[in-house]
Amino acid sequence: MQATLSRRAFVSYATRRKLVPYAYVAPAMALFALLMLYPMIAVFRYSLMDGAIIKRNPTFVGFANYVANFENPVFWQAVGQTLYFTSLSVIFHLAIGMGFALLLNSPLVNPTLRSLLRTLYVLPWLFTAVIIAIIWRLLLDPEGVINAILMALHVVGHKVEWFSSTTTALDALTFVNVWAGYPLYMVSLLAGLQGVPKELYEAAGIDGANAIEKFRFITVPQLTPIIISIALLDFIWTMQVFPLVWTITGGGPIYSTEVMSTYTYKQAFADYDFSMASSSAICILLMSLSATYFYVKHQKAQ
Amino acid sequence: MSLKRSLTYLSAVATVLALCTGAAIADTTLEFAQWWEPEMPAGALRGIMNDFEAANPGIKVKLISGPYSATHDQIVAGAASGTLSDVVGLDGAWVNGLAKQGAIAPLDPLMDAAKYDRSQIADIIKVDGKSYMFPLASFVYPVFINLDLAKAAGVDRLPSTRNEFADAAKKMTHPDKNQYGWVLPLSLQTPNGIQNDVMSWVWASGGSMLKDGKPDLENPGVVGALEFVKSLNDAGVISPGIDATKEQDKVEQFVNGRVGMMIDSLAHINLIRKRNPNLHFGISALPAVEGYAGKRGLPYASWGIGISANSKHKEEAWKLVAYLMSPEVNGKLVSLANAFPGNVNAKPDFSKSDPLFAEAFKIFQAGKLANEFVGLPVAEQLMREMDVEVQKMLAGQETPQQVVANTQKEWLADFAK
Repeated sequence: MQATLSRRAFVSYATRRKLVPYAYVAPAMALFALLMLYPMIAVFRYSLMDGAIIKRNPTFVGFANYVANFENPVFWQAVGQTLYFTSLSVIFHLAIGMGFALLLNSPLVNPTLRSLLRTLYVLPWLFTAVIIAIIWRLLLDPEGVINAILMALHVVGHKVEWFSSTTTALDALTFVNVWAGYPLYMVSLLAGLQGVPKELYEAAGIDGANAIEKFRFITVPQLTPIIISIALLDFIWTMQVFPLVWTITGGGPIYSTEVMSTYTYKQAFADYDFSMASSSAICILLMSLSATYFYVKHQKAQ
Repeated sequence: MSLKRSLTYLSAVATVLALCTGAAIADTTLEFAQWWEPEMPAGALRGIMNDFEAANPGIKVKLISGPYSATHDQIVAGAASGTLSDVVGLDGAWVNGLAKQGAIAPLDPLMDAAKYDRSQIADIIKVDGKSYMFPLASFVYPVFINLDLAKAAGVDRLPSTRNEFADAAKKMTHPDKNQYGWVLPLSLQTPNGIQNDVMSWVWASGGSMLKDGKPDLENPGVVGALEFVKSLNDAGVISPGIDATKEQDKVEQFVNGRVGMMIDSLAHINLIRKRNPNLHFGISALPAVEGYAGKRGLPYASWGIGISANSKHKEEAWKLVAYLMSPEVNGKLVSLANAFPGNVNAKPDFSKSDPLFAEAFKIFQAGKLANEFVGLPVAEQLMREMDVEVQKMLAGQETPQQVVANTQKEWLADFAK
């Protein structure tokens, strides 16, 4: 009896009730801490040390690794190219995804053809980055099919070295990434389009709206939540794209396609400087976090 | 407790004790991580291990095999966590980092204890004066020549000097037919083109990029080789897309008859034969500068072997290393791998191999192994830094003198780390 009383006094019913929700989320929090928080803290710790992992007794150097990165012009070139690559990819993903979604949703297209096109258009999404890299390296080879066609049509007068020239490599790479990523937008927007009530279009038609006005004042506002969500997610994902860039150009020629992910990888696995690599990785994290901030804000607003 | 039950307990305890004792005196199991097993005929390496186990009762070998890049990742992770396998397959480019990290053990005390005859080893890779790796099998990189293209272009003998090479490359180049004299892979993803296809010109003429183990790039040998590469590029005899071309693209272009010549590993002979059985090709030593009469350096890649610093069975590990390096076993292993031996007394049997191997062995014996990147710190990074400078040279942004000056500066910074 006394034991029961003392236990009651130790954790009251009200406290226990308050603790229940925490107990429910505890397993998820434990996993989050183990798989996300701990690695992030470890990487941040490495970024403040000199010769982490490699040296037996690494020393604390504060923000020296960050300063060294900021003083490296290639770092800033990689930051600029990452933003260029990411922004163009997101814009074109959206434009092409929207175009195809509208096409596939249009009653003007024959249903059989529509099913066929739906399968065809989604294909790039099914390939892994390595396969995409092989396909486009072959197509855009100086002796490849694309050059042969362009030369036959007199669009270009010589064999363009798409991935091997500093003037074209980044754009060619962005093009490949656009090709590889638009189906996500297409599928999401198509689902959104199918959910837009037909009555809205009918009412707008009665009011005398033309196709462009219907698109601008009905379709776009109805799809805005989807567009913002996937554009922000795409921005975060594209900023971290690694296998595609690495397998196609490896960051070259010279530094013309160096992006943050390849820059960090080289520091870690070619230079074995895990401290410098950790500081660049933290910079990528901060860049992604800024986009995440807008994403969370948008989600809350909804 | 009844007597019967007591006896049962006693017998159970006795059994456990017996098992424990048995385990204590059981075989020592060595872990051997390498990427060679998948590259050799099925069961070949395991067969050699079985022979070793038979010759050394009490030692078992557990092979941990994977592709080259996976083995590299595994070794980097094992070195960082102190869980490296007892015996490890090594690439020369990894040795410096692993040795400085204290992950691999110096072999000198083991050699001294065993009174091992060092003179039989073709090459010992050292860091700070201590021996860390033996190249067990070496794959040399000669020049491959498409004999049909050469004949059609009127090239009647294999080029032996740089001028002859440039002349042959020019004759074999026909851009309208997508055909070029030479292929140069300088993709930054795998910058080993700097080692195999650029610096090899330096070593073939007896030049060097190091002096007393430190970078020495601003010498006439290196500048001359870069000027030669630039002259080939200016003449338009190199297959286009240099900065995005990788080693596998190089082989592919040669196999398809799109390039007349390439510098490549002998290990690719079987692959080339398989991909294009009708390709008629020959090999020769790398051309040297006019008038050079010394031994020609042959670039090479190797299967190196070393021992983990954390191994609890170093003595047994050494037995395995010594066994694999012995003339008979080494000869057998390299015959199976189509490579050249790490023991100078080994006599590989190429009678069952491609006839070109016998020819290559002559080139190998007449020349000397030369790969100055082996054992250097962050070798891949050094190649990548030079690769960027060479790309700038080929784009007309830098002269060969600027390439060596800039690379020298970057390399000195890397060496000082």
